[in-house]
Amino acid sequence: MDFRQIQSNAASQWVAMQSSQKPRILMGMGTCGIAAGAEDIVEALNERLARGDIQADIIRVGCIGLCYAEPLIEVIKPGKPSIFYGNLTPELISEIVEDYLIADNPRPDLALGIRGEGALEGIPRLFDLPVLKPQVRISLRNCGNIDPENINHYIANGGYEGLAKALTMNPQEVIDEVKKSGLRGRGGAGFSTGVKWQFCHDAPGNTKYVICNADEGDPGAFMDRALLEGDPHAVLEGMLIGAYAIGAREGYIYIRAEYPLAIQRLMVAIRQMEEYRLLGDNIMGSGFSFHIKIKEGAGAFVCGEETALMASIEGSRGMPRSRPPFPAQSGLWGKPTNINNVETWGNVSAILQKGGEWYASYGTERSKGTKNFSLAGQVVRTGLIEVPMGIALREIVYDIGGGIPGNKSLKAVQTGGPSGGFIPASLIDLPVDYESLTQTGSIMGSGGMVVIDEDTCMVEMTRFFLTFTQAESCGKCIPCRWGTKQMLDILEDITNGKGRPGDIELLQELAESVKDNSLCGLGQTAPNPVLTSTRYFRDEYEAHINEKRCPALACTELISYYILPDKCQGCGICLRECLSEAISGGKRMVHIIDQSRCIKCGTCLDVCPTRFSAVVKVSGEEVIVPGEPVPVAAMKASAVASSRSSNE
Amino acid sequence: MMSAITGTIAEEKLETITLTINGQEVKAKKGDTVLEAALEAGIYIPTLCYDPDLKPYGACRLCLVEIDGMRGLPTSCTTPATDGMVVHTETPWVNQRRCSTMELIFANHPGDCFTCAKNQQCELLKIAQYIGMEQEHLDRLRKSTRLLPIDRSNPAFEYDPNKCILCAKCVRACHEIAGVGAIGLAFRGYEAKVTTAGEKPLIESICKSCGECVARCPTGALTPKWEKAPTKEVKTICPYCGVGCSMYLGVRDNRIVSVCGDPEGATNKGSLCVKGRWGYDFISHPERLTTPLIRIDDTSRGAPHNGQPHEIFREATWDEALELVSNRLLEIKQTYGPNSLAALSSAKCTNEDNYVMQKFTRAVLGTNNIDHCARLCHASTVVGAIAAFGQGAMSNSYSDFEKTDLFFVIGSNTTECHPIIGSIIKRRVKFDDAKLIVADPRSIELGEFAVTKLQHKPGTDVALVNGLMHVIIRDGLEDKEFIKERTEGFEEMRQLVEKYTPEVVEEITGVPRADLEAAAHLFGEAKSACILYGMGITQHTTGTDNVKSIANLIMLTGNIGREGTGFSPLRGQNNVQGACDLGALPNVYPGYQKVDDPAVKAKFEAAWGCELSDKPGITVTEIADAIYQGSIKGLYIMGENPLMSEPNLEHARAAFEQIEFMVVQDIFLSETAWLADVVLPAAAFAEKDGTFTNTERRVQRVRQALLPPGEAKDDWQIISDLAERMGQPLGYQSADQVMEEIASLTPIYGGIRFERLDEGGLQWPCPDTSHPGTKFLHQGSFARGLGKFHAIDYIPPAESISETFPLILTTGRVLEHWHTGTMSRRSRVLSELCPDGVVEMHPGDALKLGLVEHDLVALSSERGKLETTLHITDRAMPGVVFMPFHWSEAPANLLTSGALDPQAKIPEFKVSAVNAVLAVLDRAVQDNEFLARLAENPAEALKDYGLTSEEKAALTRGDIRKIESWVGKIDDRLRTWLSLRLSQEQW
Repeated sequence: MDFRQIQSNAASQWVAMQSSQKPRILMGMGTCGIAAGAEDIVEALNERLARGDIQADIIRVGCIGLCYAEPLIEVIKPGKPSIFYGNLTPELISEIVEDYLIADNPRPDLALGIRGEGALEGIPRLFDLPVLKPQVRISLRNCGNIDPENINHYIANGGYEGLAKALTMNPQEVIDEVKKSGLRGRGGAGFSTGVKWQFCHDAPGNTKYVICNADEGDPGAFMDRALLEGDPHAVLEGMLIGAYAIGAREGYIYIRAEYPLAIQRLMVAIRQMEEYRLLGDNIMGSGFSFHIKIKEGAGAFVCGEETALMASIEGSRGMPRSRPPFPAQSGLWGKPTNINNVETWGNVSAILQKGGEWYASYGTERSKGTKNFSLAGQVVRTGLIEVPMGIALREIVYDIGGGIPGNKSLKAVQTGGPSGGFIPASLIDLPVDYESLTQTGSIMGSGGMVVIDEDTCMVEMTRFFLTFTQAESCGKCIPCRWGTKQMLDILEDITNGKGRPGDIELLQELAESVKDNSLCGLGQTAPNPVLTSTRYFRDEYEAHINEKRCPALACTELISYYILPDKCQGCGICLRECLSEAISGGKRMVHIIDQSRCIKCGTCLDVCPTRFSAVVKVSGEEVIVPGEPVPVAAMKASAVASSRSSNE
Repeated sequence: MMSAITGTIAEEKLETITLTINGQEVKAKKGDTVLEAALEAGIYIPTLCYDPDLKPYGACRLCLVEIDGMRGLPTSCTTPATDGMVVHTETPWVNQRRCSTMELIFANHPGDCFTCAKNQQCELLKIAQYIGMEQEHLDRLRKSTRLLPIDRSNPAFEYDPNKCILCAKCVRACHEIAGVGAIGLAFRGYEAKVTTAGEKPLIESICKSCGECVARCPTGALTPKWEKAPTKEVKTICPYCGVGCSMYLGVRDNRIVSVCGDPEGATNKGSLCVKGRWGYDFISHPERLTTPLIRIDDTSRGAPHNGQPHEIFREATWDEALELVSNRLLEIKQTYGPNSLAALSSAKCTNEDNYVMQKFTRAVLGTNNIDHCARLCHASTVVGAIAAFGQGAMSNSYSDFEKTDLFFVIGSNTTECHPIIGSIIKRRVKFDDAKLIVADPRSIELGEFAVTKLQHKPGTDVALVNGLMHVIIRDGLEDKEFIKERTEGFEEMRQLVEKYTPEVVEEITGVPRADLEAAAHLFGEAKSACILYGMGITQHTTGTDNVKSIANLIMLTGNIGREGTGFSPLRGQNNVQGACDLGALPNVYPGYQKVDDPAVKAKFEAAWGCELSDKPGITVTEIADAIYQGSIKGLYIMGENPLMSEPNLEHARAAFEQIEFMVVQDIFLSETAWLADVVLPAAAFAEKDGTFTNTERRVQRVRQALLPPGEAKDDWQIISDLAERMGQPLGYQSADQVMEEIASLTPIYGGIRFERLDEGGLQWPCPDTSHPGTKFLHQGSFARGLGKFHAIDYIPPAESISETFPLILTTGRVLEHWHTGTMSRRSRVLSELCPDGVVEMHPGDALKLGLVEHDLVALSSERGKLETTLHITDRAMPGVVFMPFHWSEAPANLLTSGALDPQAKIPEFKVSAVNAVLAVLDRAVQDNEFLARLAENPAEALKDYGLTSEEKAALTRGDIRKIESWVGKIDDRLRTWLSLRLSQEQW
């Protein structure tokens, strides 16, 4: 069966599905959906459909990006626009079946939005919602729309057309097309993909490799996982195109072992490709042959660094080595090798499907196309987003993310994972592209984006990131191994109230040195949190060091809880709940916290009835309390007296 | 450097580039790194992880520099130098960053420099001083408070992880140079450290204790125990194996306090093995002989001794001792004729010692009865290779191994017996594309690196090699042109090997035919191959045949006389090559000049001014019989220990006890010296000037580092003194005078002079003083003209298994010990690393015999019996047990057969039929016939002894208590053994 035939079969299968008279239910079954309980929903749905003897097709799809609303389904009744329902429970799914599938009530109260032709009263169009409106979906084009385990779904949506087109071109033309798109590596450094391919293409040698870096190691980042789970073929097609362009016959996907679902979907996809002769020898009769192996990583963050990744594939300890030689000259097993990350490959297939120029029409002058982010932290709508380069940070945080929950104010946005930097709230209108981010001292990284609100201590946050990079340093070079540790030790001292004058300068000096002096990207970027936090939030450091005060009231060693004697009603709740038995007092007696016994868990503050609000958390200041419990009434009188005296 | 030595191979033309470093124009070789270019130009760049012998690593980040047109601060150790590059090594930016890195090291390093064992050698301290640290800056930092445990498990060195800076030189050296990989980096971030697999103590890891890591550690993390800073260092040659490693002995107060491999060493390039690095304390051992000893009258030669020399010997002056020796030797010579005297020279002594010894024997004693232990190791090589090539020595050099595509190692446990050569092979296989075939009855370490591993039965080498040749010829892989141009006798050989089909060979050797075919193809198709072999080939009754077969295979494929190819018999002792070269052999003068050649005889008579005998003398292995028969009455032994090294020791001892007069000249009171009439104290290698010749024919300088203890003297000096007393003064004042005489009479040593040997030695043939030495032999033509193929049929070993002796014993060495143990067992480190001898047995055999690990077993052969500890390992082949021969408590040679190779007279140490029995059982059955029967065949014992039915029942149910009531109390181990035996019996 040749590819055109495969395509037409896939197309007719797809059309048949679309025009089926049975309702279809698309179930979000990425790791995010499953974690939110999607399996229970499917079980309840199946059970309810069976009970009602209702015919419906359930299609398991990947993540559509609205993680905050998982578990999520899309319900398509013939002839009607499809409706998305989120935050489902087994009870709600039964209601939806009864009300919509059986009774034709679309339940606008439960619906998130609709898509497709037509309208439904009271339900907005999904892609007009602020969360989706600014987004442009290129690499994620099929995620949530197709069954990732059905290659026909991918092909029916233009899949492998890019490869077919590439195979009609010569390798240099393919590289030129990618250059024309302006695509830059989505793994972090943002090097031009076309130029990188060109180096590897030009390197002498008959044996060359391409590698897909799926070792997504940033804590809180899940862009690549979602793409692999939702549309593995988009990535695989990209790899084939790249392999053809540089002249590789073998490729590796280096993927974290912690991504079992992505691995399984990749294996299914590879098997299906082989069945269709889209992988193996003489692909599409072009004479081009390519084979892919999956290599599971063992969870070392540094293995995302390309030379460490290759060492790991070779069976050695995953440690980076110095460049030159660059992988394009001497990479895996000493052969010219091209590594791109999952998202880059996902974009490559789109570029060949739709053309470099089309791709370059998105984004900014120097940062073309779109970028995926995993939006997390103190933001109303967390999730996986794909936005055009150059979008304002404000749009991401406030429109897509829905702003900061609990009426708190924004303090900073952290991009680029643990080795990225903090962008202060004052720069909220910053356009998100490689150059602008670098200017702030942060990086694009692979696409982590953490929103930080006013309750977060920046010193503590910096310490947290350093804890990660320090522990994940491979230990090979001194600046990274011991420089991150030294910075971490100092940050720990500061957050523990043991900071010394001069520590800020020392931190900055160390940070600059580690940045300049480390062997690989891990060490070179690990100081970014230190550099940006000392640059934008120096006052917080100074408060910690000079006043032993944590302005965000977050550093445990620097905060204290007090019971305000004039507000305490002596109800005894905090006394009973205190984990360390630090509170003394009796009925109708003002309670007192013994500071030497207090473990600063905050339970007293949490349990004190709001109507009393007698417990306060303070830092760097002392609240005057009686030496021992006194009757509540006595305090009231003295409070009146003292307020009088202060007025005078 | 290679070309300077050989003069035969032109170095590849290397492209030169020019760069500018700190404003200075600098020339460098293309491919050099910036660091190498700078160092070559004398520009210092600090670094802690760079080592010229290791691959670039780039971890310490101290060697960073600024390079015009390059971003950031590239590390000079990893950046290739390019033409026109402009480099700055000392800019403020560079210095600031270096300083910062040193501060981080400081924050993580203990401050115990005063008591640190690294003291003056600490690279860290040197670099800190170079960079210039400021106390105020250091005080700002958070000092590490971590305290990791120190690993003191290895007797030679200790590892303090607190002082480790993770430069990984140790890890890289262990992996890249030693080829072991015992240590690696584990964990991440601050927790990252150098450790063994599973974080076990070093001693429990696969570490071979070679100390390569210790030698390269720049800090006090890896330090030798008890090493001290020397007051002077003397460059000399290791006295252990035939590799001939060059090293520096650090001396202080007339003791060796440090050892360091010579980085310029032509053979070892700084590397040493466990023996060569830690095994020299024997020199200062209290048991060293310090004065001549004379046997006290009336003490019989065979009398058992309790290790107290003064009960057997009395101390004497040199005068008295030499007078006695002189008189007795002259008396025997006069009474029985010169051929009633014999001398044993020594492969442990210098070339000069050996020359003087053979001259003394020939010129003063008047006999050619001189031989040495080469007879026991490579006599068959000399005979076989001379027959095939006309020259008995190793044809190639270690530098050839660097160009070899295929190594075929047969009958050589190279990594244990010639560790530095073993490392070269491992390195070439691991890091280059070289391939390795290993053929050995034991599963040896090199086998792990082999593409094809052939485990053939002991003594079947001829069949194996014939099989390889059969396949090579069958498949047309032979080098037809080489055969035609350079050899003779091919057709006869070809016809003979026709019958050695893979099927036939599998039947004889036990090697699966597919493996044989694979090996034949690898060998036949290799561009350049060499064969390395050891005692596994030579110590057989067919030793000469084995060697000829190897020569056949080499000539068949044209793998000789070219770079990267060759015939590599690995000589055992440090100077066994030299002892042979210098004529310590019964049939030849120095330089293999035949004693029965009239012209040669005339030359030596003229030079030495005396009449000489043209009758070849007798060999080491014939001496015992000759003493028995009464034809040898007097024996002079220099530095040999035949009563450990001879086969069939009981027989040899009985013979030596009968001798009329025996002198032993040695550094210790060896097993043989205890039987001597006079013992003369000699100087050890570190106390001597002279030369050793290693296995690649390289003559190297041995230099005096210490004064000999007491009255001990150089061996050549003792012989000279004796000769003078016997009325024939030899007239030498120094070792280099001896060498001058050697050169004048020995064409292959014609160009050797002490002063020419300072730069890494010279490889013979070196006919005159302008000759650069010879890297490989047989280029263009063989020493004998055409190479000769020999048609060799397989002959089984002299001894085969029987019902009484169902196992084959094969003997050999272990890494940590040496020969008869006189040196290595007096080294604290070596004897702690490997305190006891064992017999290795395959698990299947142990199971059959009811033996468990560490059992004491009695091993017996037709010739003797001994007890030793059992080690069960699948390194042993089923049916074959292995025993090293270093331990006098259980001398393996009590068991070995005296069967000799008819041509080379080498004994068949590698094949003896033995039996192994649980030692307690062996002792118990000696005086209890019933127990003996019961252990041997319980069912028959049941029938034969007319037992009551009650007794029979007790026996069949294994009631040991009942049995004890008949035979007496049984040892606990024997009790379990017997229970098992009875439970397995088919009654």
